[in-house]
Amino acid sequence: MITSFLINSLDRRGRFVVGLLVLLALLVPAGNLLVPEANAFHVSTYQLTLCGKYLTYALLALSVDLVWGYCGILSLGHGAFFALGGYAMGMYLMRQIGARGVYADPVLPDFMVFLNWKELPWFWHGFDMAWYAFLMVMLVPGVLAFLFGWLSFRSRVTGVYLSIITQALTYALLLAFFRNDMGFGGNNGLTDFKDILGFPIQAPGTRAALFAASALMLALGFVVASAVVRSKLGKVLVAIRDAESRTRFIGYRVEHYKLFVWTLSAVMAGIAGALYVPQVGIINPSEFDPAASIEAVIWVAVGGRGTLIGPLIGAVAVNFGKTWFTGVLPEVWLYALGALFVVVTLFLPRGLVGLWDRAVTGRAKPVKDVDGSERQAGEAA
Amino acid sequence: MTDKAEGSLLYLDDVSVSFDGFRAINRLSLVLEPGEMRAIIGPNGAGKTTMMDIITGKTRPDTGDVLFDGSVDLTRLDEAAIANLGIGRKFQKPTVFESHSVEDNIALALKSRRGAFAALFHRRSAAEQERIDGLLSTIRLADKRHLLAARLSHGQKQWLEIGMLLAQEPRLLLVDEPAAGMTDAETAETAILLKEIAKTQSVVVVEHDMTFVRALGVKVTVLHEGSVLAEGSLDAVSANPRVIEVYLGR
Repeated sequence: MITSFLINSLDRRGRFVVGLLVLLALLVPAGNLLVPEANAFHVSTYQLTLCGKYLTYALLALSVDLVWGYCGILSLGHGAFFALGGYAMGMYLMRQIGARGVYADPVLPDFMVFLNWKELPWFWHGFDMAWYAFLMVMLVPGVLAFLFGWLSFRSRVTGVYLSIITQALTYALLLAFFRNDMGFGGNNGLTDFKDILGFPIQAPGTRAALFAASALMLALGFVVASAVVRSKLGKVLVAIRDAESRTRFIGYRVEHYKLFVWTLSAVMAGIAGALYVPQVGIINPSEFDPAASIEAVIWVAVGGRGTLIGPLIGAVAVNFGKTWFTGVLPEVWLYALGALFVVVTLFLPRGLVGLWDRAVTGRAKPVKDVDGSERQAGEAA
Repeated sequence: MTDKAEGSLLYLDDVSVSFDGFRAINRLSLVLEPGEMRAIIGPNGAGKTTMMDIITGKTRPDTGDVLFDGSVDLTRLDEAAIANLGIGRKFQKPTVFESHSVEDNIALALKSRRGAFAALFHRRSAAEQERIDGLLSTIRLADKRHLLAARLSHGQKQWLEIGMLLAQEPRLLLVDEPAAGMTDAETAETAILLKEIAKTQSVVVVEHDMTFVRALGVKVTVLHEGSVLAEGSLDAVSANPRVIEVYLGR
């Protein structure tokens, strides 16, 4: 039932996206490993890892869009779920180092030896096992989101107030993870990883596999998001976004629907973080920075909020711009990002996808959305 | 007091609610029989909308009893639970889901299991489709079924919202100023539609428009400063000197 449910969930554009991602998962690693360096189609390991990082950002953007674009919950703290997933993966990678650390302690990670800790804190137990760590990648952000959502949606905290407390959530975690006695490496975070699943993490083959995993996980995330959005539940989510109290008076328990999509979204963000960490080689508290969460919101806005393909395009495009700008004109980047957000908000309420749709469908009459933004008559995937 | 409520569909007894010291509803009592249609009139600030808020669970009364079906205490339930008991509400300003198609608006309102997981795996059955088609022709929007609700005219949105109410299959409909902003022709049509609905369901209509209330031809309750001023036929209440003083005479 679940399989047919997922497969039926894709429209034409969705099948194209999933197909493209699967193709990328095959071709880019092949371009890195099989094509000789002199060839024009060769993909360098740097490019491969960079693109892999973009794909994890795209998954984060997709998770933000699921709650913001489809349910109207503007989360300014999704980076927290991303970082928690990343830390869970980081803890697994730390335990893989074993006795090869600077202090050569077979159990304790270096920073614990440095802090004179005698034994592993209870919450580090189990992270030497991959299955446990990968479960935690989903469970920790999921449970936190569930509790946070249960409390706030039940009290009917909405709009800007909810945005502010999501921001407070990630800021509180930022401060907590900075502390050395929290047991997560403090300021420096977790780094110096050696192996993942027994393979050396720096090896080209491992990097290519991580890229492929990111592309496939993004494809899976896309299929799941598409299934959710196109189900009746997805229609209820949009109904909540547009007219919350109407939805209640029809008999839908709005808080349950919000809680479902919020928790699902947090799990997706956690998985994104877990794929991000082995590719960049470090996780530290700066990932909890509120600015990082706001940046993810900008990706979604630029790509096209309330479409599934938009956040993918937005995340890749903005980060490509970031990489380019910070290389060429580092001091300009933040201004460019700010300007981009203003321009998109004012002139492209449906982002790049909206622009594309308008170009393709000609001058289809835009319809005023409830929140005042314009909306094309044809629903985009 | 519960025995007094017996046999009634909706029973409000001695209900009061204050907002920051202002008594919006002041010892209000009202009984609605099953199958009855009732018009509620009153000047602005008489508490008409607050009364609807109390019945539908949006506002909790400070004191008093609100019973549905003679025994269900509505003051303990939230909006969703009350809606699922069979109380539908139409707002003063038409509220439909603007970025959904007309058909999807009806489909969402259709009586069904309201749980999140039930909705996730929901597949529209033939019976449901039939019901949707029937409702769409009742509200005369069958040819606009694929249009986004945002693109309907004001009057059409009012009708769509009434269609959504019917889709819920409520036992009691609360309708807040259905004729507001409608043309005379649309108003007359709406009166006919409501009378049609009242044959099978109980209806409470809040309305300012006297011609509309006359067209309905039902028992009228006049509210003033949060309590009932007079009750009876429109002619009887129109002749009531107190009603003339506070409302009609001005």
